[in-house]
Amino acid sequence: MESASNTPETPDTRAAGSNASDGEPLVAVHGLTKLFPVDGGPFRKPSSFIHAVDDVSFQLGHGESLGLVGESGCGKTTVGKLLVKLFEPSGGEILFRFTDAPAVSSAEAPWDAAAIRGRLLRSFRRRVQMIFQDPYESMNPRRTIYDIISEPLSVQGMGDVQYRVDRVLEILTLVGLTPAGAFLFRHPHELSGGQRQRVAIARALVIRPSFVVADEPTSMLDVSSRAGVMSLMQNLATEMGVAYLYVTHDLAVARYMCNRIAVMYLGKVVELAETEELLRNPLHPYTKALLSAVPVVDPGRRRLAPDIRGDLATPIDPPSRCRFYERCPAATEHCLNHPHPPMEEKSPGHFVACYEV
Amino acid sequence: MNTPVPVGPVPTPESGVEPGRGRVRFVLARLRLMWRSFRNGWGIFMDSRIGMLSLFTIIAFALMAAAHPILMAFVWDPATYDPVTGYSFDQVEQPAPPSWKHPLGTDPLGRDVLSQLLYSTRSEFVLGITAALVTVGIATFVGAVAAYYGRLLDAFFMRLADLIIALPAISLLIVLSALFHLNLFYLALIIGVLGGFGGTAIILKSQALSIKVKPFIEAARVAGGGHFHIIFVHIIPHLLPLALLYMMFTVTSAIFAEAVLSFLGLLDIRMSWGIMIHTANTGGYLLGGTRYWWLIVPAGASITLLCSAFYLAGRALDEVVNPRLRRRND
Ligand SMILES: Nc1ncnc2c1ncn2[C@@H]1O[C@H](COP(=O)(O)OP(=O)(O)OP(=O)(O)O)[C@@H](O)[C@H]1O
Ligand code: SF4
Ligand SMILES: [Mg+2]
Repeated sequence: MESASNTPETPDTRAAGSNASDGEPLVAVHGLTKLFPVDGGPFRKPSSFIHAVDDVSFQLGHGESLGLVGESGCGKTTVGKLLVKLFEPSGGEILFRFTDAPAVSSAEAPWDAAAIRGRLLRSFRRRVQMIFQDPYESMNPRRTIYDIISEPLSVQGMGDVQYRVDRVLEILTLVGLTPAGAFLFRHPHELSGGQRQRVAIARALVIRPSFVVADEPTSMLDVSSRAGVMSLMQNLATEMGVAYLYVTHDLAVARYMCNRIAVMYLGKVVELAETEELLRNPLHPYTKALLSAVPVVDPGRRRLAPDIRGDLATPIDPPSRCRFYERCPAATEHCLNHPHPPMEEKSPGHFVACYEV
Repeated sequence: MNTPVPVGPVPTPESGVEPGRGRVRFVLARLRLMWRSFRNGWGIFMDSRIGMLSLFTIIAFALMAAAHPILMAFVWDPATYDPVTGYSFDQVEQPAPPSWKHPLGTDPLGRDVLSQLLYSTRSEFVLGITAALVTVGIATFVGAVAAYYGRLLDAFFMRLADLIIALPAISLLIVLSALFHLNLFYLALIIGVLGGFGGTAIILKSQALSIKVKPFIEAARVAGGGHFHIIFVHIIPHLLPLALLYMMFTVTSAIFAEAVLSFLGLLDIRMSWGIMIHTANTGGYLLGGTRYWWLIVPAGASITLLCSAFYLAGRALDEVVNPRLRRRND
C-alpha cells in the first residue's frame, strides 16, 4: 500500500506551479446532484431514487489532480461520468474553462456542461477524457488495440492513417507497452489486466486532453507495476498539463497522485483539503475512520482502531439528517434533528461537513 | 470546422515509416487478422458433423444448379429438354417412367423431370438468398436502431413486429398472391420484409440491447463517437454472427413458402419444385399413390433436403457464434 511513498516525486513538488495558473479553475462544480430512479417504468412515475450524488461542489485547477476517495457505491464513478457528460445531472451545474478553447459566447464565459452539444460536444470530447474502471468491459472485444487507442483520433478526424499509427505507437511506448508494434493488432482478450489498464490510459491520453477522469486506473495492477503506472500518469500530467479527477478507494494511491483529496460518503463530499493536510489533520469522523484503516508506516504513531460501526447505509431516499449519522461515533442529538451539515472552511482550503468539528 | 488542438507533431508524410509501405503493411496485418478469425470459426464449424453434412448438401445442390445451363448448352437438345417448353416425342405415353434418355422420367406434359429439377434449383437459391439478405439487412438495422434509440422508435418497431408475427405468414402470402402477380423476386422481397420487420428484428434487437449497455459503448461516446459511429462500428458488428444464423433460417422458410404457394398455383413462376408437384397434382397423379413416384419424389425430396440443410447449417453456425453452446473439447 505505502509503496508509493518511497518514490521520489510527491504531489507537493508539482503543486506549486499547477494549482492556480490564472486564478480561474478548470472545472467548477456547484451543487451537483444525480438521482437514479429505483422503480417505475415508461408509464409510471418512480417513487424512490438512489441519491448517487447529492449536492456536491468542488473546483479543480488547471493541471491539478484531485483525489476522490470513498468506499464502494458512494458515487465516485457517477461524479466522474457526470463530468465527462455520460450522465445528465439531476441538479447543479458544471463549468469548464479551457485555456486553449474558443469561448462559447463571450471571451471569458466558461463552458456550461448542460449547454455542450453538437459541434461543441465534439470539441469537448477532445479536451475531456475518461479512464474507465473496468478495463475488461470498457473495450470492444472485436477491435484491435490499434482500433481502441486510435478511436478518439479517428472519430474526430485527426490526421491520416499514418499519423494515427504514429501517435498510437508513441503512446503505447509511453505507457510501457513495448515493443509497441507487437501490440497494435492484438485483441483486448490477449492482454493481461495490467496491460489492459495501460491501454485504457493510452486511449484516454492519445488525444492529449486537458482533463481526465481516472476511475481507479491502477486497481488491476500489482503493487510493483502500480507505482510505475502512477508515476507515468504523473509525468504525463506535468508534460501535457493534464488535470485529473483521480477516483480511488485507496488513500495511499490518492496521497501519491493527488494535490487535494475529496472524501465522499453516500453521495456527499464530507471533507476536502490539501493531501498532506487531510492526512495529517483529518477532521470528519468518517475520514478519521478511513485513515485508521490504512496501515501506518511510522511505527512511533499509534494507530487508532477503526472507530466506526455498522455497514454502509443505502443511498435510496436517505433521511435528510447527516448521511453518516448511523455509523458516526461522535453523533449527537443535534445531528439527529438537523439536516445534513453544510461544507464549512475550518482552516484555509480545508472544508468539512460536520456539526461536531 | 473544429478548432485545432495541439496533438503531437503536425501530420506529415515523412513521419514514421515510409508513407506507402506503412499503409500496405497495415492493410496486410488487418487481412491476416480477419483470416485468423475466419479460420477459428471454420475450425469449430468443421467439428460439427451435421454442419459439414449440411454444407456438402448445399454444395451438391449448388453444383446441380450450375450444371443445368451447361447441360442445356452442350448435351441436351432444347426442343426436348427445355424445362417449360420441351416435349419428348419418342415417348408413347406421358408421363413416362425413368429411362436412359430421361433419368427421372417425364411429366404429364412430356417434359423432362431432371431438367426441371436442375433448372428449379437455381431459382430456389436465388429466392432463398435474396429473401435472407433482405430479412437480415432490415432486421439488423431495425434491431440496432430500436435498441439504441429506445423509446418511441423502439415501441413502434416492436409493435410492428408483434403485428407481423401475429399474422399467419402463409395465409397473408396467399392473399397477396391472389391480389397481385407474384413472381420470384417479389416473393423474395415480401418474405424478406416480413421476416426483417418481424421475429428476426426482435431477436437482433435483444442482442443489440445487451451490447448497448456495455461499458465500451460509453467509452466510444467519451472518445467522441456519434450515434452513427456507435451503431455501425460498435453495435452492428456484434449482431452480424447472429444475423448470419438467421439468414440460414430465412432461406429455409423462403423455400418452404415458395413450395406451398406454387403447389396452390398462386405464383407467377416459370418452373420450381413447388410447380412440379402442382403439375402432378392438377393432373390427378398424386392420387395414384407410388405409381407415379418420379413426379413427386425428386421435387419433394429436394425441398426437404435443401430446407433442412440450410436449417442444420444454421444450427452448426450457432455453435460458432454462441460460445455458450460449444462443447469443450480442450
Ligand atoms: N446507471 C445507473 N443506474 C442506476 N443506478 C446507478 C447507476 N450507476 C450507479 N448507480 C448507483 O449509484 C450509486 C453509486 O454508484 P457508483 O458507481 O458511482 O459508485 P462508486 O463509488 O464508483 O463505487 P465503486 O467503488 O464500487 O466503483 C450506487 O448505489 C449504484 O447502484
Ligand atoms: S454531523 Fe454529527 S453525525 Fe454527522 S459526521 Fe458530524 S458528528 Fe457525525
Ligand atoms: Mg466506481
